[in-house]
Amino acid sequence: MPFPHKDLLGIGQLSKDDILTILDATESFKEISTRPIKKVPTLRGRTIVNLFFEPSTRTRTSFEIAGKRLSADVINVTGSTSSVTKGESLLDTAYNLEAMNPDILVVRHSASGVPHMLAQKINCSVINAGDGAHEHPTQALLDLATIREHKENFDGLKVAIVGDITHSRVARSNILAMKTLGMTVTVVGPPTLIPVGMESLGVRVSHNLEEAIADADVIMMLRIQEERHNQTSFPSLREYSILFGLTAEKLKKAKEDVIILHPGPVNRGVEISPDVIESGHCLILNQVNNGVAVRMTLMYLLLGGADENPN
Amino acid sequence: MSQPALTAQDIQRALIRIAHEILERNKGADNLALVGIRTRGVPLAQRLIEQIKIIEGVEVPLGLLDITLYRDDVATGKQNPVLKKTDIPFAITEKTIVLVDDVLFTGRTIRAAIDELMDFGRPAGVQLAVLIDRGHRELPIRADFVGKNLPTSRDMRVQVQLAENDDTDQVILEKRVIDKGLNKRKED
Amino acid sequence: MLHEFQVDPRLQEAPLKILIKGGRLIDPANGVDGPHDLLVDKGKIKQVSRPGQIAEPQLEGAKIIDATGLIVSPGFLDMHVHFREPGHEYKETIATGCLSAVAGGFTGVAVMPNTNPVNDNRSVTELILAQSKANGGTHVYPIPAISRGLKGEQLTDMAELAEAGAIGFSDDGRPVTSNELMRRALEYSRMFDLPVIQHSEVLDLTAGGCMNEGPISTELGLKGMPTEAEDIMVYRDIALLPKTGGRLHVAHISSAGAVDLVRQAKAKGLSVTCEVAPHHFILTDESVRGFDTNTKMSPPLRANRDVEAVKEGMKDGTIDIIATDHAPHAELDKQVEYSCAAFGIVGLETALPLSMEMVAEKIITLPSMIDMLTARPAKLFKLDKGNLAEGKDADITIFDPSAEYKIDITRFKSKSKNSPFDGRQVKGKIRYTIVKGKILFSEN
Repeated sequence: MPFPHKDLLGIGQLSKDDILTILDATESFKEISTRPIKKVPTLRGRTIVNLFFEPSTRTRTSFEIAGKRLSADVINVTGSTSSVTKGESLLDTAYNLEAMNPDILVVRHSASGVPHMLAQKINCSVINAGDGAHEHPTQALLDLATIREHKENFDGLKVAIVGDITHSRVARSNILAMKTLGMTVTVVGPPTLIPVGMESLGVRVSHNLEEAIADADVIMMLRIQEERHNQTSFPSLREYSILFGLTAEKLKKAKEDVIILHPGPVNRGVEISPDVIESGHCLILNQVNNGVAVRMTLMYLLLGGADENPN
Repeated sequence: MSQPALTAQDIQRALIRIAHEILERNKGADNLALVGIRTRGVPLAQRLIEQIKIIEGVEVPLGLLDITLYRDDVATGKQNPVLKKTDIPFAITEKTIVLVDDVLFTGRTIRAAIDELMDFGRPAGVQLAVLIDRGHRELPIRADFVGKNLPTSRDMRVQVQLAENDDTDQVILEKRVIDKGLNKRKED
Repeated sequence: MLHEFQVDPRLQEAPLKILIKGGRLIDPANGVDGPHDLLVDKGKIKQVSRPGQIAEPQLEGAKIIDATGLIVSPGFLDMHVHFREPGHEYKETIATGCLSAVAGGFTGVAVMPNTNPVNDNRSVTELILAQSKANGGTHVYPIPAISRGLKGEQLTDMAELAEAGAIGFSDDGRPVTSNELMRRALEYSRMFDLPVIQHSEVLDLTAGGCMNEGPISTELGLKGMPTEAEDIMVYRDIALLPKTGGRLHVAHISSAGAVDLVRQAKAKGLSVTCEVAPHHFILTDESVRGFDTNTKMSPPLRANRDVEAVKEGMKDGTIDIIATDHAPHAELDKQVEYSCAAFGIVGLETALPLSMEMVAEKIITLPSMIDMLTARPAKLFKLDKGNLAEGKDADITIFDPSAEYKIDITRFKSKSKNSPFDGRQVKGKIRYTIVKGKILFSEN
């Protein structure tokens, strides 16, 4: 299985074949989590360091479970316990961790580009677990794995991504992946949350939720991160919710077999109403489940192919 | 093209004999399950199940095992083999499991298969059926049921072709093509 | 002194008698372009003649520089550098900055005031001048602050600073945000006929930004700095010109809108000039892909349409001069998250080959490139430089316009190596830099 990458820094580096290779293998890895003994010896003796500069329970846990199910030793280094707060530079921290010979460094950071910088400086494989507003490739891959469980083909699927596009790495990674797989993407939100030049990524821009979801096969609701906004992005959460919150009422305009994704954690009643979450269209827990399998797949592929196929 | 070491008819005869031997050794098909090791152990196991059904009138359950994740050479710098799904749709605890593979060579695949199987439960016993035993064992493993013992030199390549995968039934013996880039490893 | 200086022994030597022969002399100030020999004596231009015409007795004891195939130009002037002394000597000192300058062919540089302490008073200005005299080599011209402490609140003592040697005023690195203060600066500076140099940026539009705003910043998830932030400030400053009557110099112009505004203002006869840094006519924001922090500067690398507009401005004369905005930063300021990295790149040692790319592209001619690096900055800043007439100071740059090589940051004389141009294949190499008759740099 040729997977010619040392690191997974972003969807931008992956070809269509790479993405499909990952998704195919993910289906096999899903089975492991259904076994009585949810563990295979594949990465026995390997070390995976989760280096999280940003708090994140679910992504970190997902990587941790994925590594452990492959029998790797998983160590968590978080922003609060690491040396970062002691004035040590990012690179010092990375060099120190590298001196302990990990095989994979999983990195989450609030600044775009940090995984790229680390990958250039250190030898082990780097997986981007979310960098600033740039990319979150494993999230996009688990979203695709979830879509694949419910739709025949990627090609021609219509997707509406709704919310704060400006600050969303989930949106960016998904757009890149979905365009690569031949899907049609519309981003939806107020103009203040849609960054300049969005059309150059090959997506349609809409400011009207009902209109945008009318023919969608997939609706992806993004989390509104209140802490990320200065007061000029939108007037109030209330007005945002009225215009762009997904409710059962608005969902009536959508296709019967539409599926709804959300990267979590959900602000119930803000971007998505409780009745929609319970509606059966909503696949949030499937996403979480697929997240473990996708991350197992990547660990397996990166370590298996690394020596012979340096980036 | 070299002369086949086994023809379609040879394969057929060997499988019928193995089916009989399995039933004889286990005194029938009760509590029995067959687990084929991907890729070519799977059609062989299916054929054995058919034979057992003809002989005994019982359909024993079939499991599929992909031992990739249990190999001892993952992540040693070789390219990853294609991963397929493992599927054991029955509880293996207290069952007698017959592992089925096409060629027994170093024994490393069987070691991996036993390890993986044990992660699904505690079988009453594990037996091994192979179409070809070509020798050169690296681990203390032997087959309970052998279609044919085929003495080979290490650099030979034993290729089992089955209609399910290769449009034809035969076993051929050929000089191994050394190809460092593509590790053909489905031989042990 | 708390730190040691690298003292160039050549600074102690007496000026040489030098004959530069066989070269093509391009001296835009005097309208000269052709084969000429040049005799330098006692730090001055002694004689400029047709090839072989300088009389034998004159040549006695002269060092001879064979400039066959080379261009002989007035020494380059860079009216926008940051030498970090006093205060941030780990990035650059006046001594290392001057070494970098002569390696890049610059015989005169103007230093911006964002040191620590800020150059907002006579003693810092004098310190800079004293240090350059003792350890520099190249001429160093102070540009003190417009406002005390660069705070944008109160004017500096401009009269005193002008007397101490200021050639202009700037809060560079920061814009003068206050409309009132900018108006007063343009008015007050009129008394000394010195330019007010503006770093044009409306800060509330660029807060938190680290690259040009556009499709690439969207793709990379980096906060953008829109061109409007530059345009609005240039517009405001120009609007203040007619009544104040001051002289506005727009530093490192980078946006299409700003170039257009300067063009219109010049057409109206307003007293506005501007400079461009080589990275703004060579690179676009595409270079930020890959997150190399050496592509982070302010103003940021712009979109292609801005780069095209800048080139058009160079072609039609809207842009007056080339200045590098040489901004040395140590590794520890750059080897960090892109959003946290310091703004700026070193520019002195790459200015010639990068400017030569504009000549190769036929945006400007070789003589007009030299004009933008010599006579024009001298005129804007009222320096008796950039001129190789007989009797003038012997500040001379000799370069090979056809030498091809790869830029190698490890060979930079600057203390800092923060350049995105490492490894770039270029053409045009400095062979000699002569300051007041002393050969301060030579490489063959």
